[in-house]
Amino acid sequence: MLEITLGHYLALAAILFTIGVFGIFANRKNVIILLMSIELILLAVNVNLVAFSSHMGDLAGQVFAMLILTVAAAEAAVGLAILVVFFRNRGDIAVDGANMMKG
Amino acid sequence: MTVETLLTDLRLLTPELILAVGAMAFLLLGVYWKGEEAAARLIMRLSTALLVICAGVTIWMAGGEGGTAFHGAFKLDAFSLYAKTAIYLAAAGALVLASHYLQSERLAKFEYPVLALLAVTGMSVMVSSNDLITLYLGIELQSLALYILAAFNRDSLRASEAGLKYFVLGALSSGLLLYGASLIYGFAGSTGFDAIAAAASEDGAKIGLLFGLVFLLSGLAFKISAVPFHMWTPDVYEGAPTPVAAFFATAPKLAAMVLIARVVYEPFAPMTEEWRQIIVVLAILSMGVGAFGALMQSNIKRLMGYSSIGNMGYALVGLAAGTALGLWSVLFYMTLYIVGVLGAFAVILSMRRAEGMVERIDDLKGLSKTHPALGWSMTALMFSIGGMPFLVGFFGKLFVFYAAAEAGLWWLMVIGLVFSAVSIAYYLRVVKVIWFDEPEGRFEPAPAGVALISRAAALATVGLVPVVGVMLALVINAAA
Repeated sequence: MLEITLGHYLALAAILFTIGVFGIFANRKNVIILLMSIELILLAVNVNLVAFSSHMGDLAGQVFAMLILTVAAAEAAVGLAILVVFFRNRGDIAVDGANMMKG
Repeated sequence: MTVETLLTDLRLLTPELILAVGAMAFLLLGVYWKGEEAAARLIMRLSTALLVICAGVTIWMAGGEGGTAFHGAFKLDAFSLYAKTAIYLAAAGALVLASHYLQSERLAKFEYPVLALLAVTGMSVMVSSNDLITLYLGIELQSLALYILAAFNRDSLRASEAGLKYFVLGALSSGLLLYGASLIYGFAGSTGFDAIAAAASEDGAKIGLLFGLVFLLSGLAFKISAVPFHMWTPDVYEGAPTPVAAFFATAPKLAAMVLIARVVYEPFAPMTEEWRQIIVVLAILSMGVGAFGALMQSNIKRLMGYSSIGNMGYALVGLAAGTALGLWSVLFYMTLYIVGVLGAFAVILSMRRAEGMVERIDDLKGLSKTHPALGWSMTALMFSIGGMPFLVGFFGKLFVFYAAAEAGLWWLMVIGLVFSAVSIAYYLRVVKVIWFDEPEGRFEPAPAGVALISRAAALATVGLVPVVGVMLALVINAAA
């Protein structure tokens, strides 16, 4: 039987984190996908924290993860609110469209 | 935890508690008050007063002994007390600037001062953080309020685009910061700064900690708009309502810079050689982009955006020294920068014609003839921010370069001087437009608060010189 070690969790978190960052830079179509990518990054961090926490038998990491979950919810609320305002002014939510200001 | 220890802990958080309770009380007041305009005006005044009271309380607390609260998660020392006082006063100044603008642009809503108070609470927690969790919560409290402020003019496409850009990049930077924090937690075994410092002085954990530190500093560099994390700055300064840009350029920059200083000077003090390389790269890139990016700008708010990128670079030069003198020079530089920028934005907010606000550099044409006091003020402020001898900004720069040179970073000082000379060019361009171009019409008279801040800041660029000279001599003697 293959044993799941700390290294596996860290690798998983690193992969999720990378996918999230790529999702932000590679996506040119839809701002909602950006929000999803941000959530993915935060969840990768949570995997990291909980894995470290259980590996070391230290609770601080899990407390940190709970706080991140809470803040992520608030962040999504604020982000969606700004997105709604943007949509009302522009009529679409394409990332390419956000180019009023340049230079 | 007994009641006594809780009360002792809470006593250290007095200004934060006043701000948080005040913000919530004002929110309730705003919701239940009939008449939106009157509520907005009243709460704006109350919030400004509350910030000044908090600054007073903080100064009063400086007499007592500092200490840590909540099992070392929150730290009160001379460093954080100084930063808090500066943050409260800068935020109060930014609110005074906002008041008239919001009314005339039909944006007078009571949420504005409430959000500003919440952001200030976050900054206050940031500069006192002594634990990765406190650091993160402080940053997020500040950032979430600032995202909304950036998009505050919700009927404007530019403002909502600025808010969206700021939000997406800000959330990404929070993600980077958190990933770094999680690695640091894993390799140090604790989120507390003291435990991290202990782990950093051992060889075993260094690689992992360094890896985490790179991510953590990337996230923090975004908050001070250091290159390569600066992309949002010019857009947000241009798109957001002008008083919001004035707020962004002052208190949050100071808070984030102080937080970076605390992170690298306290938990990562044993790894000075390692983090110095990161800070030096950020400093050189920021100074370069700040100097060259601003040359071709025609919008004065965008120019201030690039100017702030460059100025963060100079502050980082002082930080790179890694000495007590370097820390002093950063605080000093940031304080002088905030005074200058607040004044410059007061002048920008005075640029109102009959048809509305204008914000092109060309709109300043002939300001010395049409509004001599405003022309003189802007000239002094531009020269001071640019670091022309012998205004206070010059001494700020002198101090950070001196700190870097004393730590053996001669070459960094030389690079800084070159970029500084380049950046003078665009400050001079503004001054040329003010003094040598023909006027194209007058501005409306500025409201009293705005006029007062622009005059006071301009006077400070000259009036503070003796004070600054004495302080410089004292600090250099103390360090030598």
